[in-house]
Amino acid sequence: MLKIGALAVFAALAVWGALPLIRTQDWIGLAILVAVTVLAFYVYLSPRTIPLKYLLPGTLFLIVFQILPVIYTVNTAFTNFSDGHRGSKEEAVTAIESASVQQVPDSTIYTLTIATQGDPATGDIVFLLTDPSSNEMYAGTADGLRGLSADDVDRTATGKITAAGGYTVLNIQQASARQDDLNAFSVPTSQGAIKAQGLSQAFEGAPQQNYDANCDCVTDTVTGAVWTADDKNGAFVNDRGEALAQGWKVNVGFTNFTRVLTNDTIRDSFARIVIWNFAFAIIVVAINFALGLLVALALNNPLVKGKKIYRSLIILPYAMPAVAMYLVWREMFNTDFGLINRLLGTHINWFGGTATSMVAILLVQLWLGYNYMFLVITGALQSIPADLTEAAGVDGAKPFYAFRTITFPLLLVSLAPLLISSFAFNFNNFAAIFLVSRGGPFSPDNPSAGGTDLLITYTYRLAFGGGGADYGFAAAISVFIFLIVAVVSIVGFTRTRALEEVN
Amino acid sequence: MASIGNQAGPQMIGAVGEGPPTEVVRLGTAKGNWFTRVGWSHLVGILALAFSLFPIVFVVSAALNPVGTLSSSSLIPSNVGFDNFGSILSGSFPRWFLNSLIIGVLSAALSMFISACAAYAFSRFRFVGRRPGLLGILLIQLFPQFLAIVALYLIFTEVTQLWPAIGLNSIWGLLLLYLGGALGVNTWLMKGFFDTIPRDLDESAKVDGATHAQIFFGIILPLVRPILAVTGLLGFIGAVNEFLIASVFLTDDSVKTAAVGLYGLLADEQAKNARFGLFAAGAVILAIPTVALFQFLQRYIVGGLTAGAVKG
Repeated sequence: MLKIGALAVFAALAVWGALPLIRTQDWIGLAILVAVTVLAFYVYLSPRTIPLKYLLPGTLFLIVFQILPVIYTVNTAFTNFSDGHRGSKEEAVTAIESASVQQVPDSTIYTLTIATQGDPATGDIVFLLTDPSSNEMYAGTADGLRGLSADDVDRTATGKITAAGGYTVLNIQQASARQDDLNAFSVPTSQGAIKAQGLSQAFEGAPQQNYDANCDCVTDTVTGAVWTADDKNGAFVNDRGEALAQGWKVNVGFTNFTRVLTNDTIRDSFARIVIWNFAFAIIVVAINFALGLLVALALNNPLVKGKKIYRSLIILPYAMPAVAMYLVWREMFNTDFGLINRLLGTHINWFGGTATSMVAILLVQLWLGYNYMFLVITGALQSIPADLTEAAGVDGAKPFYAFRTITFPLLLVSLAPLLISSFAFNFNNFAAIFLVSRGGPFSPDNPSAGGTDLLITYTYRLAFGGGGADYGFAAAISVFIFLIVAVVSIVGFTRTRALEEVN
Repeated sequence: MASIGNQAGPQMIGAVGEGPPTEVVRLGTAKGNWFTRVGWSHLVGILALAFSLFPIVFVVSAALNPVGTLSSSSLIPSNVGFDNFGSILSGSFPRWFLNSLIIGVLSAALSMFISACAAYAFSRFRFVGRRPGLLGILLIQLFPQFLAIVALYLIFTEVTQLWPAIGLNSIWGLLLLYLGGALGVNTWLMKGFFDTIPRDLDESAKVDGATHAQIFFGIILPLVRPILAVTGLLGFIGAVNEFLIASVFLTDDSVKTAAVGLYGLLADEQAKNARFGLFAAGAVILAIPTVALFQFLQRYIVGGLTAGAVKG
């Protein structure tokens, strides 16, 4: 039977999912997995839980991939999770000690080949090492050393490894491109750590900075400097208040939220972003509606022939892949080669100034969105009873007066839900900003908040931009977005009374 | 995937009727000259056409421009060649395109099935928690998945450690993630449609001894084909166009979707002038399935959804 087969597949997936949990001894994760599996079997084998049989798959996905991330966002917003504050205190100590590794007189020197797991540009760094004295070979990762058997490895006469099963060996260009990662990388060993020295040699050395549990501090054995643990901020701090780059993740309470209000630079840029965010969403809805209405009125004229051709061509931008077309628009606004500057005979650096950047974005969003409004307004116009305007005409009303007092209010009523959801969509229209202006222009003193940033692109840059990830603060901005969306929706729903219609 | 489409989402799309054009506003009167009667309409229509079409004409002619640079691309190509198509198809693009199709088709089909199941339960059964469930879905869909992008990334970093097959840099992980938004997006739209199917149909089937599953698969699903088509096709277009989550999750060249891959082609400021023709060719190829589906979809939007009556 189909049901038995589906349950068997589900059970197999559950076993596959359980194996890594058992390996890492994650008993809570395993318990949840078992509970979900038992629940699924109960729901689909019991004759009584009929509605649940239809709701369970969607609900599970909803909980795991939508509700859980929201809870996790709120949690993260109360931590200092960021580059340098990722793991536990123990991990931070290990990282500090292995980063301070210096060559000592009896250091072992290895022949080094730089490799990655997976993609050369983004995969985790792996050191493929040959000990010239013993000819032993190792693969070194951030977790430690692992011996390599000669069968899996190709190497040159000098012992340098040129290929190893499961790893991607980098050429010199690829390795140079990862220089920053290489500088930060070391392989922890019992005596200290292995670090690279150039691109073809590595040495095993002893740490210069050591953690002492008695004083809960890190001491530099050469300079004598001392950094004491600050468990409130998750960092080792010296008496001048300077912290080591490597810290650990702690709960920081409302710090991320109050930073928005107390830090002058952040407060000013945050306020500016919120205002532009609202302005952007409102203006986009307004101009899309206005142009859509104008075109709909024009083409609703009963004397016009070829309406279908007009309609299917005008709607075409809506069907084009939006990501690609945003990029095309960005290049059409290119200062030197762009079509717009060439057609206008100008040399405007569109994305160099905030105002021109805004104009460009609004134009792009108008292009992408007005046609959909046009389609929907055309439908709404046709559903307004003709008697109403005819009656007005009989009463001697001028056409524009009839439009203003009868047609337009009726349109607004029937399109209100669409306008609200269009507002909500554009409020978080990441692609429009990120792909067209990239949030720019940026002022030199604040490279993290641009002139046309929305809250969502600002969040993205804080978390994934080049300038060091600050997940805690980015999550706090996400929470602000949640709150704004919630307030706007509550107002919208109470005004349109959509909730009362639930039955 | 919550509201990934170009505009406000599918729930409002049913408003276009094919009914007889009613004369709502007669801005031009029957008398007057040709321009005030019908000419102004054509003028507005042609201007709108030009605005809508010129970027599309530009990208097509850039794709056909054999020189293939941004600086040599114009609205009307001076030379026509297919070199750009040849080179984009010999690179990573076919792989990206295939990834997009896999994610698009599977996420559309599975989301459609998940929300059809939920809509059936909400439409046909009365059970504890039904009204809170419906309201909950309505509220949850206001918070599109990508708002939690930071948490999603951090969660999937952990998932990658445990199950690399569904973690970061895997289209299967992304697919699962998209399914998380399935319930929120289409359940309401579908439930409304399911409600219009007379309950007598299932009652009489039940009398004949049909189980709830037989009623769902045998009677209801065939009757709601138009709404399945609309949600499925919108889901496909939405998944193919999704950029934010995909760009964070898919960084290896071989797992990128077409949207992320095309973005990468123009990411390098120095190289983008030279690569623009290549990019344009990719954009045109990517547009083919979505534009084709949209033409197909339009018929359903105009016909199926608004007709109101469902014929067996």
